[in-house]
Amino acid sequence: MREVAVIGVGMTKWGELWEKSLRQIFVETALLALDDAGVDRIDSLIVGSMSSGLFVGQEHIASLLADYLGQTPVPAARVESACASGGLALRMGFIEVASGMADVVLAGGVEKMTDVTGNEATFALGTAADQEYECFHGITFPGLYALIAQAHMEKYGTTREQLAMVAVKNHDNGFLNPLAQFPFKITVDSVLNSVLVADPLRVLDCSPITDGAAALVLCPVEMARKLKKPIVKITGSGQATDTIALSSRKDITWLESTFQAAKKAYAMAGKKPEDIDVVEVHDCFTIAEICVTEALGLVEKGKGGKAVEEGLTALNGKIPVNASGGLKAKGHPVGATGVAQAVEIVKQLRGEAGPRQVKAAKVGLTQNMGGSGGSTVVHILERV
Amino acid sequence: MEGIVGYGASIPRNRIKVEEIAKVWGADAPSYRKGLLVEEKSVPSPDQDTISMSVEASKSALKRARINPREIGAVYVGSESHPYAVKPSGTVLAEAIGATPEVHTADFEFACKAGTEGMFVALSLVKAGEIKYGLAVGADTSQGAPGDALEYTASAGAAAFIFGLENVIAEALDTYSYTTDTPDFWRREYQYYPQHGGRFTGDPAYFKHIVGAAKGIMEKSGLKPADFNYVIFHQPNGKFPFRVGEMLGFEKKQIEPGWLVNKLGNTYSGSSPMGLTATLDISKPGDMILIVSYGSGAGSDAFVFRVTERIEKVRDLAPKTRELLEKNRCYLDYGTYAKFRQKIKKAT
Amino acid sequence: MPTPSRYWREIPQRYRLEAGKCRNCGYVAFPPRLVCPACKAREFDTITLADAGKILTYTIIRVPPQPFVDQAPYAMGIVELDDGVRLTGQIVDCDFEELKTGRRVKIEFRKIYQEGESGVIYYGYKFVPD
Repeated sequence: MREVAVIGVGMTKWGELWEKSLRQIFVETALLALDDAGVDRIDSLIVGSMSSGLFVGQEHIASLLADYLGQTPVPAARVESACASGGLALRMGFIEVASGMADVVLAGGVEKMTDVTGNEATFALGTAADQEYECFHGITFPGLYALIAQAHMEKYGTTREQLAMVAVKNHDNGFLNPLAQFPFKITVDSVLNSVLVADPLRVLDCSPITDGAAALVLCPVEMARKLKKPIVKITGSGQATDTIALSSRKDITWLESTFQAAKKAYAMAGKKPEDIDVVEVHDCFTIAEICVTEALGLVEKGKGGKAVEEGLTALNGKIPVNASGGLKAKGHPVGATGVAQAVEIVKQLRGEAGPRQVKAAKVGLTQNMGGSGGSTVVHILERV
Repeated sequence: MEGIVGYGASIPRNRIKVEEIAKVWGADAPSYRKGLLVEEKSVPSPDQDTISMSVEASKSALKRARINPREIGAVYVGSESHPYAVKPSGTVLAEAIGATPEVHTADFEFACKAGTEGMFVALSLVKAGEIKYGLAVGADTSQGAPGDALEYTASAGAAAFIFGLENVIAEALDTYSYTTDTPDFWRREYQYYPQHGGRFTGDPAYFKHIVGAAKGIMEKSGLKPADFNYVIFHQPNGKFPFRVGEMLGFEKKQIEPGWLVNKLGNTYSGSSPMGLTATLDISKPGDMILIVSYGSGAGSDAFVFRVTERIEKVRDLAPKTRELLEKNRCYLDYGTYAKFRQKIKKAT
Repeated sequence: MPTPSRYWREIPQRYRLEAGKCRNCGYVAFPPRLVCPACKAREFDTITLADAGKILTYTIIRVPPQPFVDQAPYAMGIVELDDGVRLTGQIVDCDFEELKTGRRVKIEFRKIYQEGESGVIYYGYKFVPD
């Protein structure tokens, strides 16, 4: 297996991009990544998108995007694992380069979510849960994570305030990220007084509806050296699944797919949780970040809430989590999220993260999750 | 001998008081209370309809009957508020209780006597030996037009009866039906609310048919009012059953155990059948029960039942009707009631 | 509007809680499956789930999907039935302040939602206080 490097990253401002279509958002971002890498042609395109069909009525987007990127006839594939589609695109690109099937791969993610009403977006996102045995009964994604939150609070004493602190911390970080959808600060009080969505979760516990894309250019480390680019190596990649229905899990508070994917990524990279300097995790809801930090082994089981309260996961904490602002402040265009996490880690490892730079970051980790934890993709990246 | 082998009822938890409705229409609540002898009525939740209540009442009937649902040969639902105009409520009910596919199913409609119609047919098929068990349900989520007198009483509930030849808890000693063409209350196709003939619904309609059916069955069976421990008449309001009882020579105490309307409202097809379930809940072996329904249009079905020893064994196997009426109530304001009953125009 | 087939084929589960019990290890699959996730065996017997259980966790849906707009706000929970099987569903006829982990509930047959004003009406199980 060849060693794989990320040589280019691209991301544009996220938000409600009324004037831009899916193809435009993606191509703009992909061009940034190609320019950053200093290449103008690729051998393969992998794009992650959860539901372009439901959001903009367009399937077959791998071909569409290769076309509009001016790269036909390269092979192109769209991959889908709900909200982990972006992470999966990175993993598929990594596998393609590592295996020698392609040299230069553009791995991107995109979602254009604002061309449908809020109700329709809720429905589209809901398709990541079990349609017949969860959605049929009226559950929503905030609802599923609320079920996790309620169980976590009762089992471990996690407090409502600790949930709010996750959002506050991520907005503190997002304030420093000019590409974030919501680059402003919020307070615990404003979270606790925001409108209820699914008790105990309020609207400021939830990641937003976002239009956006992110892109990475991957190539073998050997080739990257010749291009004289700063080299960030992908040293670990792990992916795992869990039951699609939350009710089927033995422990509702435990994200087994994240634990399993991380275990594989840690083993592949030869790292332990304490070796990680900076982490981007899937905080689609505040409770998710708490459960993810536990499943990644960054904090003890049940201590995720306490960790955020003690500032362990703050930008200047022991293990900074979501320096980018996370899904909460940066936005969550579902298929793009997993790729954007890697964009942030590459910037951190290159020392290009500006005011939110984590000092001396050498090893970074991304965790991207689908559904209520039915799938997870974890990557470990290192500066060499 | 043929008779009832299991019975059950279902009542939504929501209630609305007469005062709450009167307030909205500027009506005089005390006079409605006095005039109708009704204090409050049941209201279905948005997730309850004739089918869902029929299933719950039938599940209770099955618990009391302790039979294999596959042995039920007929499933009948009587209602004037079948959720589908075309597609039988009985198919859903039969499937939900596990009686399919070897079962005869039909929906009945005859204003407030659709329930006893189903009972009559199910009982007759059992008696004829065509089927081993027959299930009949009277259920409604009836609607009175906003501001109409019917709005104070039109309510929701269901009663289910399983008929059979063995292990009966009440023997069916006799039946009698009385029908004429009397347009006192109707609803035309595609209309949301029914219309009625005001005071015409009284003497030539309710009273004539109930008296006709009650006298007819007593004459046929050689019984007189004093021979019955309990009597149940259709309950469109609180007053009518007592008045018709007086006309026929029954006493208040024979009527009261099955008189639910003051707290329940008029459950239409469920009305007299639910009076029967409430009466069975408190009856003793040997008790004689007369039930006379009334359905506008118009007609009455009458049944004479004699309670057996078995009632003591099955009574407690499912919730009793008055328990359902008392427990876990939730009082609605008119706005919530209007929302639940889809009386509010929304953007489509 | 989907054709009714998608709803119709789940009727044994939605109306009668029919599940598959693994002949080899006893694992109960709801809905039924072709292969046992516990032991990989492929032979199942059809059983009916218990009709009561207790609340494991709950929430109140304030922002519902479109078909549930008229029912909101409504409570939902994961309930562990007395046979150990866990289901997600609505908890109705229960005041929100009375929702509690461990609370006993039983299954009731209710309308789940309907396909617009003219489509099929979907029925199934919900939980009510026991």
